[in-house]
Amino acid sequence: MRQRARQSRSPLAPELFRRLRSWEGLLLGVLAVIVVVTAAAVPGYLHPQNQINLLELSIEKAIVALALSFVIVSGEIDLSIASVMGLAAVLVAWLRQQGVPVEVGIVAALAAGTLCGLFNGYWVAIVGLPSLAVTLAGLIGYRGVALLLVEDRSIGGFPDWFNRLGQQPLVGPFPLALIVFAALVVIATVLLQFSGFGRYVYVVGSSREVARFSGVRVPRVKMAVFAMSGLTAAFAGVLLAARLGAVRGSTAEGFELDIITMVLLGGVSIFGGSGSMAGVILSILVILNLRNGLALANATGNTQAGVIGALLILSVLVPNLIAAARARAVRSARVEAGRRSLPSAK
Amino acid sequence: MVRRIRPEQVRELTLLFILVAAVAFFATQIPGYVSGRTFTDISTGLEVIAVVAVGQTLVVLTRNIDLSVGSVVGLVAYFVGTLLANEPGLAPAVPVAIAIALGSALGAINGTIVAYGRVPAVVTTLGTLAIYRVALVELSGAKTVTTDSLPAWLLDLPRSSLVSLGDLDIRSLVVVAVAVVIAFQLLLYYAPYGRRLFAIGSNPDAARVAGLPLQRDVFVAFVLSGALAGLGGFLFLVRFGNITVVAGQGLELQVVAAVVVGGVNIFGGSGSMVGALLGAALINLLQQSLLRWPAANPFVQDAILGLLILLAVASDKVVLERLRTTWVRARRRDDERATASAAKQVTPGA
Repeated sequence: MRQRARQSRSPLAPELFRRLRSWEGLLLGVLAVIVVVTAAAVPGYLHPQNQINLLELSIEKAIVALALSFVIVSGEIDLSIASVMGLAAVLVAWLRQQGVPVEVGIVAALAAGTLCGLFNGYWVAIVGLPSLAVTLAGLIGYRGVALLLVEDRSIGGFPDWFNRLGQQPLVGPFPLALIVFAALVVIATVLLQFSGFGRYVYVVGSSREVARFSGVRVPRVKMAVFAMSGLTAAFAGVLLAARLGAVRGSTAEGFELDIITMVLLGGVSIFGGSGSMAGVILSILVILNLRNGLALANATGNTQAGVIGALLILSVLVPNLIAAARARAVRSARVEAGRRSLPSAK
Repeated sequence: MVRRIRPEQVRELTLLFILVAAVAFFATQIPGYVSGRTFTDISTGLEVIAVVAVGQTLVVLTRNIDLSVGSVVGLVAYFVGTLLANEPGLAPAVPVAIAIALGSALGAINGTIVAYGRVPAVVTTLGTLAIYRVALVELSGAKTVTTDSLPAWLLDLPRSSLVSLGDLDIRSLVVVAVAVVIAFQLLLYYAPYGRRLFAIGSNPDAARVAGLPLQRDVFVAFVLSGALAGLGGFLFLVRFGNITVVAGQGLELQVVAAVVVGGVNIFGGSGSMVGALLGAALINLLQQSLLRWPAANPFVQDAILGLLILLAVASDKVVLERLRTTWVRARRRDDERATASAAKQVTPGA
């Protein structure tokens, strides 16, 4: 009752306040702080070209994070994404070396990525193995296949158009990967937040049993989610190959840390069933800006990885601590109320 | 009859059989394969992985995972190496104790976040995997520990043997590793703490309701995993001597692979140290033999490792689950028969 009264007095303020107190609001605040601090320290930081450059450096990870969000919302995890990226990149280069045109190589790489995803999905959704174990096997195994193809060589020599797509702006100042990312952001948001499929993903993630008894074909949803993850990772791998111009067996190694952090920091629960695309997009921006800021502050790539690692833990730890503190507050409030009501009852 | 062999033992016997089959196969492919030298090489390659896998088993039994062990091994190896380079006069027990203490401290960080902060172990240890590696990079300033800076006793340690029969050597460090495996196997099967790990892993909710100290036990499992990774770090230093900032990188994958292939259920609640040792032995045997097998591409290792993990987990789910139900059913039948015959014996007397 009291809440409604307050709302009628000024309908916008509490709504805005509630929004800001949410996880997305927190991320927005963090993002603002990082941007302001870096912009104050580094002249020209806010220049659009600099922003585009910094986005470009991790754009492949951001693209995969969009697809991984679906996997994690559905209550599973995919640790094999970085290896699928590497495998796809290697496949394009290796096929070209075997005399296959790059166009065909790209299609083959995308098909291979989808196949990897379906393979993961089969063991998780149909056989019922834990996704952690299956995709850990994938993490090692897909990387192993990539190593088998290129051994310890580095393969480059892509055609000019392929390199140009990866390294030069396509429309105005924007390179292809950035345009693709923008399009995928829209598609992913619509798919997760506004489509029937997205609803299914949430339902499967919050309770497998409830989903099954409500007539959701759980295995099919999980298969779809893993296939999406594999396809997107392969696509990102091809983009990475184009940007780097040469690939090795270790291409994209260790990327899973950043990608998983992007998703979890975005407020997607590791237990499935909750989170939003808006949060993931904000957290992608936070991580990209943070990495850029750290690089400008002369932190090495390794130190950056450490900061990302800390962020990964904090993104789950902080909400847990807040929830625990809230639960304690509610409990003590109840005890307090009980104490106060005791004398009056007497 | 069925109740004599537990499903877990079926797994270990299968592994033993695969090991023998693999040796028999490579013996036909590689000239001079069956020799003391091969045994020495493979057993020596096991030391680090076996010790770290024991700790990992404790953690996996509780339905968690410790992905940070690779970085712990590297960090401890570097730290102790630098210490010995600066203070070569230290008694051998001191660096070992420091290695274990540092490992325990790193494990305690993981344990606190997982058990008390309720952050899933994958998330926590993926994070600390990166953080501990950064600590190593910062600590080292991109310098490396080199063999010639280490004291002589340390350098002689890897070549010291307990038993020598021709070119078959049982290295003393292998004995240490096996002793660790046996000690923790005993802990697992006979100590209350070991039994509680099984209870927690097979059903955490039931364990909580039964009043088991769930959080503390999981915390201790992570501390022990860290401590053993610390000991593994010392063994790593002894074995390789040269420690760079990438020391131990990727070791966590091999360790998890050894544990899973060794039949420790990733769902928690079942597994044994001996199984983990056998898993480590199989992986090490395959890796070293593939390198010596001319017909195989030396780069095929990782692909096979991935396949092996998948096969292990899948067979655990499909075959062992069925075995377990048959086993339980057979036991129940036996029990019923026993009570029925006991009742029969009682009735005429009465």
